[in-house]
Amino acid sequence: VRLTEEHEALRRTAAKLVASEIDPYVDEWEEAEAFPAHKLFAKLGKAGLLGVNKPVEYGGSGLDYSYATVLNEEIGAARCGAIPMAIGVQTDMATPALARHGSDALKREFLAPAIAGEQVACIGVSEPGAGSDVAGIRTTARRDGGDYVIDGGKLWTTNGAQADWTCLLANTSDGPAHRNKTLIVVPMKTRGVTVARKIRKIGMNASDTAEIFFEGVRVPQANRIGEEGLGFVYQMQQFQEERLWCAAGALKPCEQAIAETIEYTRERKAFGRAILDNQVVHFRLAELQTEVELLRSLIWRAVEDYVGGADVTPLASMAKLKAGRLIREVSDSCLQYWGGMGFTWENRVSRLYRDGRVMSIGGGADEVMLQILCKHMGTLPERRNR
Amino acid sequence: MRLTEEHEALRRTVRRLIDREIDPFVDEWEEAGRFPAHELFAKLGCAGLLGVHKPVEYGGQGLDYSYAVVMAEELGRIRCGGVPMAIGVQTDMATPALARFGSDEVKRTFLAPSIAGEFVACLGVSEPGAGSDVASIRTTARKDGGDYVIDGGKLWTTNGAQADWMCLLANTSDGPAHRNKTLICLPMKAKGVSVARTIDKLGMRSSDTAQIHFDGVRVPQRFRIGEEGQGFVYQMLQFQEERLWGAAKTLKAMEGAIAETIAYARERKAFGRAILDNQVVHFRLAELQTEVEALRALVWRAVEEHLAGADVTGLASMAKLKAGRLAREVSDSCLQYWGGMGFTWDNRVARFYRDGRLTSIGGGADEIMLSILAKRMGALPERRNRP
Repeated sequence: VRLTEEHEALRRTAAKLVASEIDPYVDEWEEAEAFPAHKLFAKLGKAGLLGVNKPVEYGGSGLDYSYATVLNEEIGAARCGAIPMAIGVQTDMATPALARHGSDALKREFLAPAIAGEQVACIGVSEPGAGSDVAGIRTTARRDGGDYVIDGGKLWTTNGAQADWTCLLANTSDGPAHRNKTLIVVPMKTRGVTVARKIRKIGMNASDTAEIFFEGVRVPQANRIGEEGLGFVYQMQQFQEERLWCAAGALKPCEQAIAETIEYTRERKAFGRAILDNQVVHFRLAELQTEVELLRSLIWRAVEDYVGGADVTPLASMAKLKAGRLIREVSDSCLQYWGGMGFTWENRVSRLYRDGRVMSIGGGADEVMLQILCKHMGTLPERRNR
Repeated sequence: MRLTEEHEALRRTVRRLIDREIDPFVDEWEEAGRFPAHELFAKLGCAGLLGVHKPVEYGGQGLDYSYAVVMAEELGRIRCGGVPMAIGVQTDMATPALARFGSDEVKRTFLAPSIAGEFVACLGVSEPGAGSDVASIRTTARKDGGDYVIDGGKLWTTNGAQADWMCLLANTSDGPAHRNKTLICLPMKAKGVSVARTIDKLGMRSSDTAQIHFDGVRVPQRFRIGEEGQGFVYQMLQFQEERLWGAAKTLKAMEGAIAETIAYARERKAFGRAILDNQVVHFRLAELQTEVEALRALVWRAVEEHLAGADVTGLASMAKLKAGRLAREVSDSCLQYWGGMGFTWDNRVARFYRDGRLTSIGGGADEIMLSILAKRMGALPERRNRP
């Protein structure tokens, strides 16, 4: 993909916003273990950054996915992982299926305000008993008159404590696990929805992560996204964006960690020379930068294919896998060269070490990516029974 | 970079030629420690494959560099590393500088017959005392009348024992090491050129690798490529192609190893199930395939930027580095899953384990790539003194 002046303009807009509205507050939000989602999203919405690749009719910019990737790369440059993740949930995890398959009325009610930054969205897929194994969810939505009545619960819900609505995956029949699921938009203020607790995590501290219960929650069937029974399929499509988002968001944090480590080790002297002058240090950093460029190339190849209409499940899964592996490798290696400073809580690299660890877990664990790839390669053993 | 139907057509042509003219003879050539370069190159030349991106005036196809990379990718399918390397020397190591900077006469004399497959070319850069450290070469070319008189020697010269001419890098003055070098086309039959020995190697057995001596070898000055003193610069440019080519060539070799390991591990049973059904095996192979696709993406990104006129020293060095690392990782991991079969001499993966090891050494070692990258990142320490 050759990027255009329009891509660069978007990059500058995003970078400016990160510098003025996010970075100055990151330490405070990390300490508070929360950030003002509505306030920040309103600013992002106003700048047109919450609907870059969403349809113009609902307030989006109607651009192709390459623009979303530029934005994701740039938002990823924020000085913590939590805020980019919260934004990514809004733009690339909770809304792609709605934009692609939702009815006009549903998109006016939920997509348009999410793009405008008036409403905060979250995604309700993972449960206490079903994380990466999406088919194993137990939340049910039973038809009753014109409504669905929802019972069950979700876990690891990013933005969950502040969200206005959730893009919920629930079982709507007892059929086979890949054809009995439906995506439904559930307003979080509905009676019977309770945010049980906020979860204390090793990283991504500024992001609120909730456990949510549903007890006899009634929503109109008109809140269904697309067809009943196709929820699993829609979610798998939506995962392509989620995974490309994850990978693109990893690039700048890795590069910043490398650049800041170069800067620090150039100044820091030990045994009569700069730490950086040790060949093992500057070679290692060059090798890590090589791996970052490999990841970038892979992401952009996937994006190019995706914009061209191809199914990029394997490439997106590879990118997500590589991003998870690499962010751990980069943050761990860089942290080492900071010595004692690297072990302090507020150090940028130690924050990446903590925040980045979720990359190999969220959005489908590394092992799930490997399973997907094995399936595409025809090497996954037949499942004997389920 | 979106490939076209023309790229695919080239891919098919290369593939057909490999199936017919190369793969059936590979085992024999590996055993013999050489392959018939003139015979094979004549066939490649006839099919137009030795000048894919060389100018039409000299018999090339005049296509852009992306076609050369498609061809490099396909050559990686050959069932050994030695023959693709020999072809790569001819197309992307010994001839790019000549095509770019040579005079019309020198191109007619050396480039055209190389493209036609009548001449075999070799590249004379490495020496006993200077491999990756190109600036330190000691071979000299002294002006005498209209000639250069060349003394010294080269080592690790691929195609050296069969070549008709060499693209030689020699010192033409005592100036600073980066500005005293010149590239010269040297006919291998010239008086004073002797092939000292062919070298017994760990892998790349079918490729002949020579040590060559020059003792008062006279070559007309008009065989010089471009300007005197620019040889180091030309060679650095030529290295971009060499390194991208080297990285592209490993892709299908690695994929071949992965695919054949899958096929074998699916059939081979142990402890009541196929080896492949062990999660550690199929997950590992999927992870290796991921790395291969990342390398492919990087190579093509570099190619795309190269075509757009950018300096891709950084990306080409990264691609070469990763290719070297990954060829070793893939061949070592795959070999393991073949068990005892993997330890046998003629096994495909064992051959790749031996052949692929060179990727991290030839064309600038991994450590040179890292130095180049560290320099570009501003992380390389200043050199205090150079003897």
